[in-house]
Amino acid sequence: MGVKSTIKFNNGVYINGFFSSVGKIEGEGPLGKYFDAVSEDALFGAKSWEQAENNLIKTTVSGAMTKAAVTPDEVDLLFAGDLLNQCTGSSFGLKYFDIPFFGLYGACSTFVESTALAAAMINAGYAKRVVAAASSHFCSSEKQYRFPLEYGGVRTPTSQWTVTGSGAVMLSDKGTGLKVTSMTVGKMVDMGVCDANNMGAAMAPAAADTIYRHFEETGKTPADYDCIVTGDLAAVGSELLIDLLSRKGLDISQKHMDTGSMIFDSQAQGTNAGGSGCGCVASVFCSYFVPKLAKKEIKKILVVATGALMSTTTAQLGEPIIGIAHGITVEI
Amino acid sequence: MDWIKLLNAFWVGGLFCVIAQLLIDYTKMTPARIMVSYVMAGVILTAMGIYEPIVNFAGNGATTPIIGFGYTLAKGVAKAIDEKGFIGILTGGVMGAAGGISAAVFFGLLFSLLCKPKAKNPKR
Amino acid sequence: MDITKKQYDKMVKKASPPSKVIRDVIFAFLIGGAICTVGQIVNMCYGFYIQNQDDVSALTSMTMIFLGALLTGLNVYDDIAKYGGAGTLVPITGFANSIVSPAMEFRTEGYVLGVGANMFKIAGPVLVFGISTSVIYGVIYFFMR
Repeated sequence: MGVKSTIKFNNGVYINGFFSSVGKIEGEGPLGKYFDAVSEDALFGAKSWEQAENNLIKTTVSGAMTKAAVTPDEVDLLFAGDLLNQCTGSSFGLKYFDIPFFGLYGACSTFVESTALAAAMINAGYAKRVVAAASSHFCSSEKQYRFPLEYGGVRTPTSQWTVTGSGAVMLSDKGTGLKVTSMTVGKMVDMGVCDANNMGAAMAPAAADTIYRHFEETGKTPADYDCIVTGDLAAVGSELLIDLLSRKGLDISQKHMDTGSMIFDSQAQGTNAGGSGCGCVASVFCSYFVPKLAKKEIKKILVVATGALMSTTTAQLGEPIIGIAHGITVEI
Repeated sequence: MDWIKLLNAFWVGGLFCVIAQLLIDYTKMTPARIMVSYVMAGVILTAMGIYEPIVNFAGNGATTPIIGFGYTLAKGVAKAIDEKGFIGILTGGVMGAAGGISAAVFFGLLFSLLCKPKAKNPKR
Repeated sequence: MDITKKQYDKMVKKASPPSKVIRDVIFAFLIGGAICTVGQIVNMCYGFYIQNQDDVSALTSMTMIFLGALLTGLNVYDDIAKYGGAGTLVPITGFANSIVSPAMEFRTEGYVLGVGANMFKIAGPVLVFGISTSVIYGVIYFFMR
């Protein structure tokens, strides 16, 4: 076997603060009561959807810092990303904090990508306090990737609903208990899926690849984790993931949870296959899983966030969607 | 009130929509391609003399679907060529459809000034 | 991955729920048919006052376009379309919707390059290929007549 893609953080990377904010529809979903902030206003007080997303991630990052009781000038680095072209949600939303900043794009995998890189910086000793965040906004994504909001387009049953939401964590080298203990870096996996209305199917092979490699390289088994969380495979992708891994002799069906399936009640809310967008795994991780870990209801989780690497242009060129999935382990 | 006319408009118009719906569900054809195919089909069917009888039978059941836009374009071209000769090739189509195109442009601008898009709720 | 793209394609097809074709078709028929019936009623009303049949047709189209634009502006056309599917796409009201909706959406980017430049983002192809086909037909008609 070649280079290991799983890197352990042995020097202690602690989650000091975490914050999640979402929109109205997410607030009405099954996880509604867990989120730190639910906005009734889809514009988040702004004039355009893009500026709304700026405000959304700004509130979230600010909340994570407040919860960790640090001020922006005490933070060494900021890793964040979103779904907008040129990653403007993060850069325009977070410029006020005046923190050294890396903008990231990993589609829906961005939250774990930013958290993993933040943790690596701390583990290596390059930084003491780092904030990692990601956001997505239904309206700004819809405008950019699909159709205008008032357009009478029809959604297919495999399509996913972009979550209006954001999550942020404040990581540091000091703390108690809650730790990010490793990352498994994703590879780009192309299984020839071209249907942009079936993102789950496009991303499931990448998730399977990352999860399989994680267990192979660490020698652990699914029994070592309380939950194996995937970000935004939703109904179709989750089924495919379980199937792909069982073909490789790995059964995660008892431990698997998917944030895209959790955030909406697809039957009642009409969201078809479930949620997507980097705000989905970010907000669910920060509102549901981290607090559960903090309360010691669960002790060890593997979080794998999946992204569909594509643009409207690659779709027009007939290129398939490339899937990627980054994993981190969090334990107490 | 001519009930037969209304009934024919209803079922013929509905049928054009059903064909498009089947194309969407079975061939994964995008709405944009369907609209384009329908307009082109409208021009071609009119050119072949097939569409005029359908319009006579179903009235707005044949002219309200976007395929009727193709019918208007084709009819405009033929009429302009009959009246003005060669120049009608380029002027006829849009002349026939002028009202529809101008209305769409103007109302598009008007409503973009008056109304704002609203966040979608998947439930409705 | 140990499986081929072909094998995976099969798995995806099996896992993906199919469209509810019967439901879709019924709604498309009813809603599409209803919109055309409204068109017919509008047509009859104009026909009552106006003799020239071409003017009646043009006025009917314009009225239907206005109604499609109005319902889009009032934020309800997309709600109807959720059920109507092709039934709201194919009638000329859907054409109006495809012009008004980007115009509204891109207003935040200014009137000239926002509204003006994006208005035909979706409906543009219909004009391009509709008009071009009519020109080709015109050429044939001119020489064959």
